[in-house]
Amino acid sequence: MQISLSVNGTSHELTLDPRTTLLDALRQHLGLTGTKKGCDHGQCGACTVLLDGRRVSACLTLACMVQDQPVTTIEGLGTPEALSPLQQQFLDHDGFQCGYCTPGQICSATAMLKEIAAGWPSHASADLTGPIALTHAEIAERMSGNLCRCAAYANIVDAIRQAAGAQGDAA
Amino acid sequence: MKPFTYHRASTLTDRPAGATIIAGGTNLLDLMKHEVMTPKALVDITALDLNRIEAHGDGLRIGALVRNSDLAADPVIRRDYPLLSRALLAGASGQLRNMATTGGNLMQRTRCPYFYDTRMPCNKREPGSGCAAIGGVNRNHAILGASPACIATYPGDMAVALRALDAEVEIESPAPRQVPLSEFYRLPADTPDVETVMRPGEIITAVLLPAPAGGQQRYRKVRDRASYAFALVSVAAIIGMENNRIAHAALAFGGVAAKPWRDPGAEALLIGQEPSDTLFGRAADLILQSAGGYGGNDFKIPLLRRTLIATLRDATGMEATA
Ligand SMILES: Cc1cc2nc3c(=O)[nH]c(=O)nc-3n(C[C@H](O)[C@H](O)[C@H](O)COP(=O)(O)OP(=O)(O)OC[C@H]3O[C@@H](n4cnc5c(N)ncnc54)[C@H](O)[C@@H]3O)c2cc1C
Ligand code: SF4
Ligand code: FES
Ligand code: FES
Repeated sequence: MQISLSVNGTSHELTLDPRTTLLDALRQHLGLTGTKKGCDHGQCGACTVLLDGRRVSACLTLACMVQDQPVTTIEGLGTPEALSPLQQQFLDHDGFQCGYCTPGQICSATAMLKEIAAGWPSHASADLTGPIALTHAEIAERMSGNLCRCAAYANIVDAIRQAAGAQGDAA
Repeated sequence: MKPFTYHRASTLTDRPAGATIIAGGTNLLDLMKHEVMTPKALVDITALDLNRIEAHGDGLRIGALVRNSDLAADPVIRRDYPLLSRALLAGASGQLRNMATTGGNLMQRTRCPYFYDTRMPCNKREPGSGCAAIGGVNRNHAILGASPACIATYPGDMAVALRALDAEVEIESPAPRQVPLSEFYRLPADTPDVETVMRPGEIITAVLLPAPAGGQQRYRKVRDRASYAFALVSVAAIIGMENNRIAHAALAFGGVAAKPWRDPGAEALLIGQEPSDTLFGRAADLILQSAGGYGGNDFKIPLLRRTLIATLRDATGMEATA
């Protein structure tokens, strides 16, 4: 079927089998291999992209279902010359070892900080309606959908807290 | 994945006969990748106007397409139905909650590993083939309401809170009908493939919440890791106290049966009493009277007991034990 996808600000017309996931459309049809395939079953977060600014798992999303929603991948967040604040902090804090989970971690964290700014509580929040402190427990809970086989978790949390501080959402 | 045709519905009735509904896709696509579900036609309902949370009498009407994350974060839900927010926030991950819908969450299938493995016998997937979980690996299986045909659990969290909140499911059939959550799920008996009262061609349009229940509301979920895992046992509790006595109690349990479990007898036993561990233990005994394990899940019987007691200590204001 004919599918139009808007990715990182560019529209693409593709002819795809309806079975094609957003993840496979990005990687195999658009050559955007920054987004990674870990489990292909929603369990690891490596495929996390932003759909209309919200984090989702691209492996459990059909490309044909998101034609009217803008997609942002790791390639759209920053470039080697102009890193996003989170990308910079992941570098500064060694927020990775092999790097396979990193694009998913950074896309996820980008949207997660917006969720905090919007006042969304989490399972770790003591109060559902109060202000949210950027504690280690809050970040760990909110990032639990992104697994890291290298267990770089401690540095990932530090990178995210630093980036949030730099944006004015101080820890 | 087996091939399918795809149609995007523009109205409630714009659904090809026999087409399987897809909403967030987080459960259906997973099952289609495993070829546990092999629909020939999919109807995408995400363009329908079912994504509002609105007043409904003294309560609320939650559209079937409201995403789990939006529902958990909704200011009115957080204020008046904290149990629902808590249950949603205890489920899945930030990514999945952004995708998962209210209707899809209710309809999610069991996490029995043999149901997922098409090489194994499973009466739910293939009626009459047997149940590999009985005598097999059954750590996440039911201790209440199971049958010799199937011992699978309903895995979700949201519905457990909805059960304690006395919610109803609004179904378009094509005439609208409303089913209390208490009657929505079916125990396996000898037809474990029939999981709910939904009939072919029907669609969930909303969940209806009655007036806020007030009281202390708790959702306590015990799982193998601290986050991003299904419940081994969960307890949804709404407790109202008057003069240091329990005046109102609603308790629902997840991870232990093919439906969110509720026992009116245990709630009645608590009413009018002063909170104590002895009282809570008696309530647990009553609930667990008909419980049975299948080997791997025997631990859930004492676990449910301890989880209930801890939840009730917390909700009644008794000092929590370590
Ligand atoms: C890794 C992982 C971890 C998870 N952890 C948890 C957890 O801890 N707790 C928890 O509760 N859940 C958990 N889930 C399950 C998740 O909550 C469900 O997959 C999700 O809620 C399903 O909603 P959906 O909109 O994506 O449904 P879909 O996948 O689109 O559909 C699921 C089923 O519902 C039917 N359906 C959908 N909408 C309607 C409707 N309006 N009317 C009638 N039928 C409909 C579909 O036909 C399909 O059979 C987890 C899932 C994954 C992948
Ligand atoms: S417990 Fe139910 S779902 Fe699991 S193998 Fe047995 S019949 Fe199938
Ligand atoms: S590849 Fe999508 S969650 Fe693992
Ligand atoms: S850095 Fe290797 S998986 Fe996270």
